[in-house]
Order: sequence, then structure tokens, then C-alpha cells
Amino acid sequence: MGRFFILFRREVASTFHQPIAYVVLFFFLVITGFNFHAGITMLNNGRGTTTVVEAFFNTMYFWFPFLLVFPFTTMRVFAEESKMGTIETLMTAPVRDSQVVLAKYAGALFFYLVLWAPSLLYFVTFQTITGMNAAGAAGSYIGAYSILIMMGMLYTSIGCLASALTDNQIVAAMISFASILTLFFLGLLSFIMPATGSILREVTYYFSPIEHMVDFSRGIVDSRPVVFYISSTLLVLFATLHVFQYRRWKS
Amino acid sequence: MVKVEKLTKKFGANTAVDSIDFEVQKGEIVGFLGPNGAGKSTTMKMLAGFLPPTSGTAEVAGYDVFTDSLRAREHIGYMPENVPLYTDMRVSEFLRYRASLKGVPGRRLRERISDVLELCGLEDVEKKMISRLSKGYRQRVGLADAMVHEPDLLILDEPTIGLDPNQIRLVRDLIRNLRRHHTILISTHILPEVEMLCSRVIIINKGRIEALDTPQNLRARLGQEGHVLFDARVPDARVAAAELRKLEGVQTVSIRNDGPWSIFKIQCTPGHDPRETIYQFAVEKSWPVRELSRPPVSLEQVFAEVTNGEEL
Repeated sequence: MGRFFILFRREVASTFHQPIAYVVLFFFLVITGFNFHAGITMLNNGRGTTTVVEAFFNTMYFWFPFLLVFPFTTMRVFAEESKMGTIETLMTAPVRDSQVVLAKYAGALFFYLVLWAPSLLYFVTFQTITGMNAAGAAGSYIGAYSILIMMGMLYTSIGCLASALTDNQIVAAMISFASILTLFFLGLLSFIMPATGSILREVTYYFSPIEHMVDFSRGIVDSRPVVFYISSTLLVLFATLHVFQYRRWKS
Repeated sequence: MVKVEKLTKKFGANTAVDSIDFEVQKGEIVGFLGPNGAGKSTTMKMLAGFLPPTSGTAEVAGYDVFTDSLRAREHIGYMPENVPLYTDMRVSEFLRYRASLKGVPGRRLRERISDVLELCGLEDVEKKMISRLSKGYRQRVGLADAMVHEPDLLILDEPTIGLDPNQIRLVRDLIRNLRRHHTILISTHILPEVEMLCSRVIIINKGRIEALDTPQNLRARLGQEGHVLFDARVPDARVAAAELRKLEGVQTVSIRNDGPWSIFKIQCTPGHDPRETIYQFAVEKSWPVRELSRPPVSLEQVFAEVTNGEEL
């Protein structure tokens, strides 16, 4: 565990040593801040019947930065080291391949969590100023943030896999963006299929982030998405480990 | 310390390293010499545990590099070609990270880092960003990294490439000082470097070991067929050459003129040193002599010989 922690610290440090991290953080906060503002405005105008938490997590302004951020958090994790050649010194230190993959993954996930952490402040601010509850119940927060973390786990692992596939960060970003969008739009299929109860619709529910978020931000914790996100994250991480080893052995 | 048996690496149809065997004893500095693309770097990457071999085995400090890789890596300090470093870190920060990653215990970190900083002459750049360092300093940071965990074996891939002559001298001095504590495997294509540093040389070409010996022995092997330079003022160079050719131990003679002086390049028969005979002959003829010498065979010639004139 010691080596994992050393590697993880290095990942976090290298993320925040780069100016791009602050640029991403800035624009991310601008957009999510705007999203919060738009949600409150909508509720103020009496056009919504949801809680503030639901309004925050179920708009286009939520999904837009959510989807866009993964290429930025993950593109450099492997690609940069392969390009710079530091992968050679890294992998000739007494560390296991799996430790390196997990540490890099955890580093990227940490950045994702740092990006979302300030959003908690929005709700605190709202409650302090208005004296009203931002959510119907605590379960709403737990649901919304746990699905946010689980979706982040899966999409971060996809980004890591993309980064392990290439030496070029831009290519890595494009691969992860394309795969994440594909997965996201597959989930949208359930909205254009009218027939409830059809098998296809049942199936697409499993990977529809939008549907998951609708449920979870109401505080309805369904075990099916939990199993889906955790098992597919493990699968993608396993693939990442193998791609990482394979590319090194071929080099 | 190092034991390599039938080590082979293939990239597709291309065989980079072809069934090589060698051993390195503790405390030796062994030089890998070969033209570009000979398989030096590939061999070193395999020994460092970065690349798995196609077949064969390698052992470092008693641990198999491939089946017991983590243990073996604890005993190896590897500096790759071109010295990749994390440019966003400061020198001491980088060394601290690398040392703890390689398992130097927390209580010894400070001591080890100040030791390698001093040894590599990095004290005055300790707080600098690696991205700001010159090539020479980066090379030394790479060396410091390679030895920060006190490995038994140092593997240095072209440690002096791309440096200016002063920096090369510094790095060489550094490596020479390291031999007391480490066994060193060094690759280079600079011949004088090998002569200066190494106790043994492995000449590798097209993935095969062409020669493996001390620099002295390698030279001696060719030295037998060396030549003698004889520089004298003779009445008639052609006649003199014909007379010299009759002496014992002389095979052929070629002449070059330098004003009234004639310089004879005398090829000797293997195993003979005809200098004494030539001297007595010159005394007999009372030729004034400027020079009578046998230039040492350089490793360069040895190298050209074993690799069939392959360019360095």
C-alpha cells in the first residue's frame, strides 16, 4: 500500500503542477455556477416542481461539463509518461504494474472529485441565505453524489484506457471523448423509444446516466446502476492494465 | 552479479538480441560497445526489467529479472538513454520521490538524498526545477536517481551522449568514483570512454556478442599484426625500403617523404617486433633517425575488425 500512496501523491502533484488544471477548474466552476443559477431562476419563476438538488443535477448545463471534463482529467495519465520516456524509469522501479495503473486512475478520479467538491457549497449557500431546504431529504444528496462518483469512476476508467492506448494526449482525449459520448447517447435511446416495457428499453436503462441521475437525485438508490458502474469500472481497469503491459512489451 | 544466458529478444520478424550469454562479477565496470541498433539498449532494458525477453534468462544479484522482477529491480539502478525526468519537479523533490518509490525507508531519505546530491555535484541546483536544468545537470540528476537506493548494479545507457567535453569528463569521473560501491554496466559508442572506464568490454553487433575481453587483451589480439614507424634520412628511399624488406620480421614497407626525411611504414610479421633489428641496421648504415616507434593499436581498429568495418 505504501508504494501505491507514493505513486498516487505523485499523480495528484503532477496534475496540479500543470496550468491546464486551473484553466479546467475555472471553466468548470463557471459552468456549474451558471447551472446552479439557472436552476434557481427556473424554480423562482414557478416553472419547476423539483427540489434545488434535482434541478441542479438534471439539466443540460450539468451534463455538458460532466461529459466534457473526463478527457481533461485523464488524457495525460499514461500518454505523457510514454511520450516523455519516464515510463521506463517508472517501470524499472520496484513497483507492480497494477499499482501504477491504480494510482494513475485514483489520481485522475481525485481531480474529478476536486472539480465537483465546490458544488456542495452551492447548496450550503442556498440553505444559509434562504433558510429553505435544497433537497427533500438527506438521501437526495447521498443519492446524487454517490451516482456522481460512480459515473465518474466508470468514465475516468474509460479515459485512462484511452490514455494507455496512445503516446499522444490529443488522441487519448479524442478516444475517451468519443467513447464516453457513445455510451451516453446509447442511454438516451430509452427516451426516443415510446413503448415502456420493451426489452430494448429495459436494457438501455442499465447504462443511461440521465435516468440514473433522475432516480438518485430524488434519493432513490437502485442497486442495478451500482452494480453496473462498479463492475464495468473494474472491467475497464482490467483492460487498461493489459493494454499498458502489452504496449510496453511491444515497445 | 549479473548472469545472462541465451537472452533473445525479437520484435516481430526482427531479432534485436540474438541468444547472448555473459557474466559480470561484482565490482566490475563492463562496457557495451556497438554500432547504433546493435541491441545494446534492448539488452539493457531487459536487464533492467523493463522489457520481457522472447527467450533466455537473466539474473541480477541472485534474482531472476523476469520471474522475480520486483526483487531484482530493488538491486538495479537504471538510467535510460536520453535520461527521461519529471520536468515539473524540483531536483530534491524528484530524488525524494524516486527514493521512496524505490523503497528507501523514511528515516534514511534525507541522508541518501544529500549523499547523492553531493556525489553528483547537484547541491547548487537542489531547489531548481528540472525543466530549467542544462543537459549536463539533467544527466547528473539521472545518475543520482539511478543510485539513490544504493543498488548493487548500475545500468547506464549512453550516459555521456549529447554532453560537451567538460560535462563528459565530469560524468566519467563520477562513474569512475562509483566503481567502489557498484557494479556498472555501461553502454556507449565512444571508444576512448570504454578504454578509460571499463575493466571489460562486450562488443555487440547485430544482436550478437562479437568479442568479450579486457580492452588490453582486445588490443593485444590485433596488436600482433601492428606496424612500426621508422623515420630516417636515407640517401635513397627506394633502395632503403628494399633493404629493410629483407630484414627479419618485416613483411611490407611503404614510403612517405617529408623533405629530406623518409617515413617508412613497416608491416610486421605476426608475433615479431623488428624494432631492434631496424635500429642496428640504421646504425650500420649510419642513417640519422628521427623516430622508431610502434603505435598502439586503438580499440577503434579492434572494433572495425570484429564488426567488419561497421560505422560507429
